[in-house]
Amino acid sequence: MHENDIKKKLVIIPAHNEQENIGQVVTRIRELDIGIDVVVIDDGSTDRTARHARLAGAKVIRLSSNMGYGVALQTGYKYAFERGYDYLVQLDGDGQHDTSYIPELFRQVITEKTDMVIGSRFIKEKTQSKPSLPQYKAGITKKIAITLFAFLTTKLVGLKVTDPTSGYQAFNRRVIAFFTQDFFPCDYPDADVIVMVHRAGFRIKEYPMIMFERDSGRSMHSGLKPIYYLFKMFLSMFMTLLRKRPVSLFLKAED
Amino acid sequence: MLPRQKLVMIIVCIFIFIFIIDLVRRRKLREEYSWLWLLTSASMFILVIKYNWLGIVSNIIGAAIPTTTLFIGSLIFLMILSVQFSVRISRLTEQVKNLVQENALLRDGLEELKKHQD
Repeated sequence: MHENDIKKKLVIIPAHNEQENIGQVVTRIRELDIGIDVVVIDDGSTDRTARHARLAGAKVIRLSSNMGYGVALQTGYKYAFERGYDYLVQLDGDGQHDTSYIPELFRQVITEKTDMVIGSRFIKEKTQSKPSLPQYKAGITKKIAITLFAFLTTKLVGLKVTDPTSGYQAFNRRVIAFFTQDFFPCDYPDADVIVMVHRAGFRIKEYPMIMFERDSGRSMHSGLKPIYYLFKMFLSMFMTLLRKRPVSLFLKAED
Repeated sequence: MLPRQKLVMIIVCIFIFIFIIDLVRRRKLREEYSWLWLLTSASMFILVIKYNWLGIVSNIIGAAIPTTTLFIGSLIFLMILSVQFSVRISRLTEQVKNLVQENALLRDGLEELKKHQD
C-alpha cells in the first residue's frame, strides 16, 4: 500500500453513539487527502455509528461491548502498532476537534524534535498566525478540573502543560508501543497519561488550537461523572508518581 | 453457654465445613477461595469448644462483652472477603479488556482476509 520510505500515518477516532457527528468528521479527514488512514473504534455503540463511519470511508473496528473511552483508544494503539504505523493522531468523534489541524500535528511529530504533541485550548503563543484564540466555553466543573490538573502536572513533574485533558493528540511509534502495554489507564486516560509519558522520558509539546462546542449528542462528562472523574484523576496521578518509572519498549536508539 | 447452644453451633460449623469441602470437590468453588471459609468455620468450632478463649480475646482487645468480639470478627472476615473479590474483579476486568481488544483486532484481520479472497 505504502512505499517503504513513506511513513505510515494513522488517525484514530474512538466513538460511542456518535452517529450524528462521526460521518462528517471522517469525511472532513478524507477530504484532507494527505495519505493517511482513518480508523474509527466503535465502542459498542447501540446506534448506527459503525455504518455511518464506514459509509464515510473509514475503517471500523468494533468492540463487542461498551468498554469505555480508554479501552477504545488502546485498541486503536494496538491496531496501529500491529500494522506498523509510524505516526498517529487521535481525536474525538463528537465534532469538538477541528480536523484541519491534523496535517500540522503530523508535521510536528515528524519534523520537530518531540515524541508527543497535545492540542491545547489555552496555550498563548504570540507568534501564532491567528492573533487571538477565542475563549473556549466550558462548564465550571470542567474549568476547575482543567486548571487544577494543569497546575498539578506543572508542579509535580516540572512539565508545562496548559490543557492536560485534551483528547486531541499526536505521537510517534515509540509512544504508540508504550501505550499498548497493560499499565495504560483504561477508564479515563488524561492528565495521568501525560505524567506517565513524561516520566518515561518522552518529549511532550503543546500546540495551540481552537476547539468547537459539541455539535450534538451527550458528552461523556455529564451528570455525577465529573466528581468521580476529579477524584479518580487525583488518585491515578498520585499512584503514577508512587510507582516505578514505566519503561518504554523502544528506546531512543530508533531516531 | 448452654449445652443445647453448644450442640447447635457445633452442628452448624461442621455443616459449613463439609459444605465448603463438597463445593471444592464438585469444582463449584476453587481451592484459592475456599481457605478463608474453612478458616472461619474452624475458628468458630474452636470458639464453641473453648468458649472461655472468647472471653480472653475480648479482654485483650478491650471489648466489654464477648458478643462484640464475635461481631468484630465477622465484620473483619466480611471485609477481607470483599477486598479479595475486588482484587479478583480488577484482574478479571483487565483480562476481559485485553480479550475484547484482541477479539476486535482479530475480527478486523479476518474481514480483511475475506476481502482479499473475493
